[in-house]
Amino acid sequence: MSWLDSRSEENVLTTTLDQAINWARESSLWPMTFGLACCAIEMMATGASRYDLDRFGAGAFRATPRQADLMIVAGTVNFKMASRVRRLYNQMPDPKFVIAMGACTCGGGPYYKYGYNVVKGVDLVVPVDVYVPGCPPRPEALLEGLMRIQDKIRAMRQFTPNTPVTPPIPARTGWTLLPPDLSDPDPRRALEKQMAFAKRTKEEAVPAKP
Amino acid sequence: MSNSPPALPLLPTVEILHQLRERCGEAVLSVHPEALDPFAIVRPSALPEVMAFLRNEPDLAFDLLHNISGVDYLEPDPKKAAKAGFEPHLEVVYHLQSFQHRHRITIKVILPRWKDDQVGQLPEAPTVSHLFGSADWHEREVFDLLGVNFVGHPDLRRILLSEDWVGHPLRKDYEYPLEYHGIRGR
Repeated sequence: MSWLDSRSEENVLTTTLDQAINWARESSLWPMTFGLACCAIEMMATGASRYDLDRFGAGAFRATPRQADLMIVAGTVNFKMASRVRRLYNQMPDPKFVIAMGACTCGGGPYYKYGYNVVKGVDLVVPVDVYVPGCPPRPEALLEGLMRIQDKIRAMRQFTPNTPVTPPIPARTGWTLLPPDLSDPDPRRALEKQMAFAKRTKEEAVPAKP
Repeated sequence: MSNSPPALPLLPTVEILHQLRERCGEAVLSVHPEALDPFAIVRPSALPEVMAFLRNEPDLAFDLLHNISGVDYLEPDPKKAAKAGFEPHLEVVYHLQSFQHRHRITIKVILPRWKDDQVGQLPEAPTVSHLFGSADWHEREVFDLLGVNFVGHPDLRRILLSEDWVGHPLRKDYEYPLEYHGIRGR
């Protein structure tokens, strides 16, 4: 958060209302207790002491959707469950966020072709904010997904609606050492460079089979 | 071994099959003692009396029904159907075990894929749920996934899929749903 230090008086901080609200919101994301299949084991491991979801303020798993604002869809969603998932989503108060955890919820996963009973991605049922791939994802990956949700919250502009929305740029993690022609002190310009590089390599790529 | 040894000597499976054939006569269509898992094929209409005999006979005393599974024998590819080596049919397989004598046996029932060869009419087999409590849910599962109508079952509903599901997914000619309640299926 960009605090404006007040030099005139000690212990006084100035900030915008949006930033203060977003800071409070991102620091106390309460997920819903919601495990559908094997990914739930990994979600429990994320909540337990070794990985400790509580460090990010998201450890208070609520047993009711009315008190939750984050839905971690952990596991295979089948057609019989889909209507329940949608109802639970509708019961959550706004603003609400959804993490699709694991290959099954991202797009069907191993059940894509012959899973007669599996929804091919939970985004066909509820809107998804962050996709965490993996089968199952490591707890670190789920934490990464949580931080992406926090990035998204940080970009929300509730009280200054006319300001242009900046795309949420990963600030805290996901950082890799890049060659000098792709890195830039300004994160937005670095992102543009990397996107251009990715586009160029994709255009130049030779297909495996003609 | 703290448990006491079996009260009676173990009866070889071959012996059980021959005894079954002697006692039940025409109800047993064929016995296959040479198979890795020896089995007998039983006429569907006589299934309850054969199972009752296997359960109640003191020398056999099959008191546990492990599993009921259904198999759909169908090669959907017409090019491979000639070489498949079987005619299209359904099989229901019963795995029995005796705690007392520690022996096992497999009973098979062969059914047509559709009753009277009319597509959509489920084939019928008599229930054994009045003999073995475990058969109740197993028969519901076979009904759900393969579409075998167990006549006399107390509560034959789908057990895994939702109530309004169309078709029986483990049949080889099952067509995958394109959408279900507004959710696209592929």
